[in-house]
Amino acid sequence: MIMLEKRPQPSRVWSMATPLVAVLATMFFGGLLFMVLGKNPVEAIKTIFYEPLFGEFAFYYRPQLLVKGAPLVLIAIGLSLGFKAGIWNIGAEGQYIVGALVGAGVGLAFYPLEAWYVFPLMVIGGAFGGWAWAMIPALLKVRFGTNEILVSLMLVYVAEQFLASMSLGLMKNPDGFGFPGSRNLNDYASANSWISQDTGMHWGVVAAFIAVIFSYILLNRHMLGFHIRLTGEAPRAAKFAGVNPKRLVVFVLGMSGALAGLAGLFEVAGPSGQISLNFNVGYGFTAIIVAFLGRLHPVGILLAGGLMALTYIGGEIAQSNLGLPASAIQVFQGMLLFFLLAVDILTNYRLRLSAGKVA
Amino acid sequence: MDLTSINPVLLVASLMVAATPILLAAIGELVVEKAGVLNLGVEGMMIIGAVSGFAIAVETGSPLLGFIAAAVGGALLSLLFVFLTQVALANQVASGLALTLFGLGFSALIGQSYVGIRPPATGQLNIPFLSELDVVGPILFSHDLVLYLSIAIVAAVWYMLKFTRAGLILRAVGENHDAAHALGYKVVRIRIMAIMFGGACAGLGGAYISLVRVPQWTEGMTAGIGWIALALVVFASWKPWRVLLGAYLFGGVTVVQLNLQAAGVAIPVEYLAMSPYLITIIVLVILSKDKSSAPASLGRIFHASH
Repeated sequence: MIMLEKRPQPSRVWSMATPLVAVLATMFFGGLLFMVLGKNPVEAIKTIFYEPLFGEFAFYYRPQLLVKGAPLVLIAIGLSLGFKAGIWNIGAEGQYIVGALVGAGVGLAFYPLEAWYVFPLMVIGGAFGGWAWAMIPALLKVRFGTNEILVSLMLVYVAEQFLASMSLGLMKNPDGFGFPGSRNLNDYASANSWISQDTGMHWGVVAAFIAVIFSYILLNRHMLGFHIRLTGEAPRAAKFAGVNPKRLVVFVLGMSGALAGLAGLFEVAGPSGQISLNFNVGYGFTAIIVAFLGRLHPVGILLAGGLMALTYIGGEIAQSNLGLPASAIQVFQGMLLFFLLAVDILTNYRLRLSAGKVA
Repeated sequence: MDLTSINPVLLVASLMVAATPILLAAIGELVVEKAGVLNLGVEGMMIIGAVSGFAIAVETGSPLLGFIAAAVGGALLSLLFVFLTQVALANQVASGLALTLFGLGFSALIGQSYVGIRPPATGQLNIPFLSELDVVGPILFSHDLVLYLSIAIVAAVWYMLKFTRAGLILRAVGENHDAAHALGYKVVRIRIMAIMFGGACAGLGGAYISLVRVPQWTEGMTAGIGWIALALVVFASWKPWRVLLGAYLFGGVTVVQLNLQAAGVAIPVEYLAMSPYLITIIVLVILSKDKSSAPASLGRIFHASH
């Protein structure tokens, strides 16, 4: 009989290896799923993981990796701070939307003025929008003890309705022949987040890298980072160490909200270009998978964000080349989180074979 | 704007229909949480129930088989959560999220060939004299059987938790799993049964949306009802009859805002559509000061070696 024995300390080796094992398991079971759907599993997996990087049209897909990866990494970095402290912001999708709305609103308010300060103001607006939206669950939790998971999630649906209202009303393009959606910010030079559209570089990519470095320093070299980790691992000890849990909740949720808002702003001012009914594509939820796949570690999140961006792009290729349904890739991403959590037991427990005696 | 077009009797009758999915999912989750497990995958299990119930009902032409399939589908998906949290001892919050993300994707995959089809109609109760009564008839005696079943489940859960030995053991496991284990109760086995019951109820609730309430299949059609059900358990203070009350209040809000939309009130549609979510938050705030009734072991991982 196989017994579980708790390790005195989490295994470092397994902590690094579990994401790899989970990816391999997902590839295997994902392949089985594609086979059931009547596709060649080897070809499907190759299309998803190989084609975007080294295939015939890789020159077109590689820039996409930055475009899709940047918002995922930005959001996941913010989420990881909270997850480490046991504070669960799962409404990043809503903060992403509101950040984009506020940021784009600032930009549209200046239209058609061309000035250097328009874009920086939009960035501030985006961060502020996301931060303010995250402050709702944060303050309610601090003041009334309300569950932040439920409140932040409810606010995603509220934000989606705001988005619809804005793209049909206040922010609708006056020259848009009545179609829903705002002016395209790609046609407004001062409100544009592209650095180089051919390589996929935009300010969101820069911000994602800065966030990774910032979060690494915060968690490893700063007292606040230590408090975050301590609160997650030993809440009682954290109290004795003088951690103010309320201030921590406000900081962590505000930070993740601001980062999600920034991701939304860079998206609306660059790759997406406009506020529209289907502006949000679920980055806020996929970022949860990215955060866990990256083991809540900044560098890990960077790698996981890249991998997840790859599945998005590869999934799109598989959709057009092999006729794989769009939802198959969503299942694939869900499986990844599932296997990751399942394999993770090896980090904290040791498997022991024993004669089946009573525990 | 014409508020006279809103008929109060039909309003009450339709709020019961609107409330039933939330009620089914919430009463299932209540049992799960009473056993000390926090399953955030309700939304995922509901949508799987919605699609499997719809698919089987369309294929067989029988709504009854559809509902059975939905319960089985929800329970099967909950087995993934069982594996993660009870066998692999993973974090329950993360596992619940995994279940929801996986369920949303998987349901879209199964459901793609069922978009735009109408399911077979679910039969409604029709008692010759009672169903034709003026006010009482439409409210009490002319619904489908699943609606009555949902109320029966609430009563059964209340009775089981309050008056039976099984209920006492379930609560003991949820309050203090170490003590329950020391007394010789099979903590993991009891929790697995509770989680599967929760999955079956969520599945039924999902199928009620796709077979009765809407009735058709669209991707992501549960639209947060699973999450509202989770909130409902909290503000019902883990009490079955309060879950019923809360669900009907929510059904009321949903139906009233839909009626206001139809009546052409001067509030934009989007702001009316936000209202159920905003009211969930407000009620959560009002009622979340009292945490004393939460099961003490809620969300904690149990491993017999401790």
